[in-house]
Amino acid sequence: MNKPLRRIAIFCGLLVLALLIRDNWLQYVKADQLRTDTANRRVAIERYANPRGDIVVDGDPITGSVEAKNGDFKYKRTYKNGAMWAPVTGYSSQAFGANQLENIEDGILTGNDDRLFFRKTLDMITGKDQQGGNVVTTLNAAAQKAAFNGLRSQGGKGAVVALEPSTGKILALASYPSYDPSSFAGNTDKDAKAWNGLLKKNNPSDPALNRALRETYPPGSTFKVVTAAAALENGLYKSADEKTDSPLPYVMKGTTTELKNEGNIPCKDANMREALRVSCNTVFGKIGADLGNDKMLAEAKKFGFDAEQFTPIRSSASVFSDNMNPSQTALSSIGQYNTAATPLQMAMVASAVANDGKLMKPYMVDQLQSSNLDPVAKTDPEELSRPLSPQNAQILQSMMETVVKSGTGQRAQIGGGVTVGGKTGTAQHGVANSANPYAWFISYAKLSDNSSPVAVAVVVEDENANRDDISGGGLAAPIAKNVMEAVINSKK
Amino acid sequence: MSSTSNTPTHHTSTIGAIGAPSRRNTELALLIFAVVIPVFAYANVGLAIDGQVPAGLLSYGLGLGLMAGVAHLAVRKFAAYADPLLLPLATLLNGLGLVCIWRLDQSKLLQSLPNFVTAAPRQLLYTALGIAMFVAVLFFLKDHRVLQRYTYISMFGALILLILPLVPGLGANIYGAKIWIRVPGLGSLQPGEFAKIVLAIFFAGYLMVKRDALALASRRFMGLYLPRGRDLGPILVVWAISILILVFETDLGTSLLFFGMFVIMLYVATERTSWIVFGLLMSAVGAVGVASFEPHIQTRVQAWLNPLREYKLSQQGVGGHTEQSMQALWAFGSGGTLGTGWGQGHSDLIKFAANSDFILATFGEELGLAGVMGILLIYGLIVERGVRTALAARDPFGKLLAIGLSGAFALQVFVVAGGVMSLIPLTGMTMPFLAYGGSSVLANWALIGILIRISDTARRPAPAPAANPDAEMTQVVRPS
Repeated sequence: MNKPLRRIAIFCGLLVLALLIRDNWLQYVKADQLRTDTANRRVAIERYANPRGDIVVDGDPITGSVEAKNGDFKYKRTYKNGAMWAPVTGYSSQAFGANQLENIEDGILTGNDDRLFFRKTLDMITGKDQQGGNVVTTLNAAAQKAAFNGLRSQGGKGAVVALEPSTGKILALASYPSYDPSSFAGNTDKDAKAWNGLLKKNNPSDPALNRALRETYPPGSTFKVVTAAAALENGLYKSADEKTDSPLPYVMKGTTTELKNEGNIPCKDANMREALRVSCNTVFGKIGADLGNDKMLAEAKKFGFDAEQFTPIRSSASVFSDNMNPSQTALSSIGQYNTAATPLQMAMVASAVANDGKLMKPYMVDQLQSSNLDPVAKTDPEELSRPLSPQNAQILQSMMETVVKSGTGQRAQIGGGVTVGGKTGTAQHGVANSANPYAWFISYAKLSDNSSPVAVAVVVEDENANRDDISGGGLAAPIAKNVMEAVINSKK
Repeated sequence: MSSTSNTPTHHTSTIGAIGAPSRRNTELALLIFAVVIPVFAYANVGLAIDGQVPAGLLSYGLGLGLMAGVAHLAVRKFAAYADPLLLPLATLLNGLGLVCIWRLDQSKLLQSLPNFVTAAPRQLLYTALGIAMFVAVLFFLKDHRVLQRYTYISMFGALILLILPLVPGLGANIYGAKIWIRVPGLGSLQPGEFAKIVLAIFFAGYLMVKRDALALASRRFMGLYLPRGRDLGPILVVWAISILILVFETDLGTSLLFFGMFVIMLYVATERTSWIVFGLLMSAVGAVGVASFEPHIQTRVQAWLNPLREYKLSQQGVGGHTEQSMQALWAFGSGGTLGTGWGQGHSDLIKFAANSDFILATFGEELGLAGVMGILLIYGLIVERGVRTALAARDPFGKLLAIGLSGAFALQVFVVAGGVMSLIPLTGMTMPFLAYGGSSVLANWALIGILIRISDTARRPAPAPAANPDAEMTQVVRPS
């Protein structure tokens, strides 16, 4: 009987060998694949096992982490003044994932980023828990507060973007109505309820939309700044005070339709300074038509139209159409027809003018830090384009400063050695312009040493807006003024 | 390495070496390791989970040590020449299993499940009962050949044990497999675990008597000896019973285990390869046939072929799908080469049966590839000692019983571990000694007891020849 016994012994050995081979396959060959499988809950457990790093504004964190009371995810995200900062931070939820900075810089915030490898290994050797790094933003807390409070006191929907013209740093990025990302940071039923309440289908005011970056509005008369820049750059008019060839009434080329001004304003053959001061549709419509679609489009693109911006949060691309006939080009040149811009885009227009024609790439992450505050990466300012020559930029500055000094934008005046240049806008939209217009204001502030610390774009969708051009100056300009003041005061 | 390496010739392992040392001190030394290792593991779990050495460490260590000591003394007293490895290996597995069960008891996720019970104290009780069973086997079974007398009683006993779960009011359908009975006051029992041993006794007794007929009366066809039609009877009966278990108790594992055990013993008894071929064919036909209409088996096969899909369906709340297979795979994968360390894994995600059928996944995650390979090798060693016992046994009944029990043990380990690691479809059986479950612990300690008894008989020096008044005193020479 011993021969079959030996064979059975070999058979049993083979059974064990098969198990050993299978185990090696699972735990060695396939181990990484199984370990990092996104459906493997351990990935999420690991993710929330340690407190996330923070997003920092002016040296203070605007985020935090608390230990969750139940469930297997240990730490939950918290936000300080979450609704105000939501357009910057986005959210990080155990149940619903993350977006915006929380998502883009997730590697740094969790500590998994390769750039933190050394730190991570050191922590592992010394037996410390993995710590996330910090994301230091360019934002200015005072400006953000002024922007958010301004929008909130208006009560309607709206957005504010403030930039530092010389660098492209984003100083304020506000959207209203907003949401508190703390309300759904966990994964309980309560969190799910809060999340569902934000979805557009359940909440028509769409508080989760980042209006500052992701909504495009017809820019209305604020676009006349771009048109004026195109006129100067293309040599159509050499100065602000040169008389333009502008009939009144102006019948658009190829049509019998009159392009109208808001009210009875002195636009016949007005120079550009005067036309911008009182916001003449006829003058700038004709400039657009005279320059033609191509030249207008080329100038708009130099200001950043037709391209998404990565701040690093992606913004929607602003639109200036191609293949338009002269009358459509005329309408587009006063910010109507298909023209649409994000608040960020219009802030870029103001900042390029303020920065003597040089457009800087807008950005909001200044530095990435490891958990012990060592810098891991730093963003350097980057030039995006030059939509204006310095001379033409100064001409345009003087035009915009006239608007604030004695035109539609007087409510943005600051005084005390601070010069403000701006442009109002009221964009009509909807079928036959039936919907509530958007009140716009774009501006920059210049200090006595000619440096410009801030450029702002404000848009307010307001039911109470008057259907005249003053409303941009009435509703939006005071917000812009407060934001600019906040920036100037915080620099003192 | 082996217990008989002190003997000079190569084949002595098959012949009881006259005057072999008892090796009891080797056993004691190994037992100390088998107790100390789980005690360290226990401390490790406490430190990882609560940051402190668990309060029960001393009593656990003393308890396990005491039980191992009692078992050792029983072996010393009743089976002095037994194999020295079997007891320490079983103690080590049992001790590690206890630690792992205690570790899973600490999981908040498992505690939140509706039918959660604190399993570790119960398992400790079962272990004590198991050791008592082991001692009782050694005490009452002075010679394993006694069992031969109960061949046919064993057959009926095994049949009753197998049928019990089907008795209305007694049987319990737990998650699809009907292999449990509920005894009021005692809890659930898995009679199949005991049937394994009783059946091995029956097969050994039966085959010992019939082996010549089964081996010799046959025709040769294509290099195979074909058994006569009437000799096919027994294998057909066992096959039929296995199929019935599969159909009525929907338990692939038990079915495979019994049939496999029978084929192994039949092959050893007759030395005819043709039985293996028949056995494989019949089990293939049976398994495929039943799987074609039994939904429970089909679910298991589905979960084996596409665990991720089954996981996703179960997460969506579709009935009849299991997330366990995929969860077990993730546990193994997440453990990697060295594991997360005791108490630091998330194998509780397996939820149901995490501490019984799926306990190997927790070892996989927390002790890694290294730990699981170690555990598989310990199982391999137990089987190897069992086979060696069969080789050393001097009587055919002992040989057949030892190989039957070892073979069944090996098959069970393969079927369970292979199922948890998705090498084969999952079946409802438990890892011997590691897994939570009274029936399993008791039956496996009895199994080790029987193997120890056979090995003792095999290795015991032949009794001195009857005193011959004419001769001078016989001199027994013992190698030092």
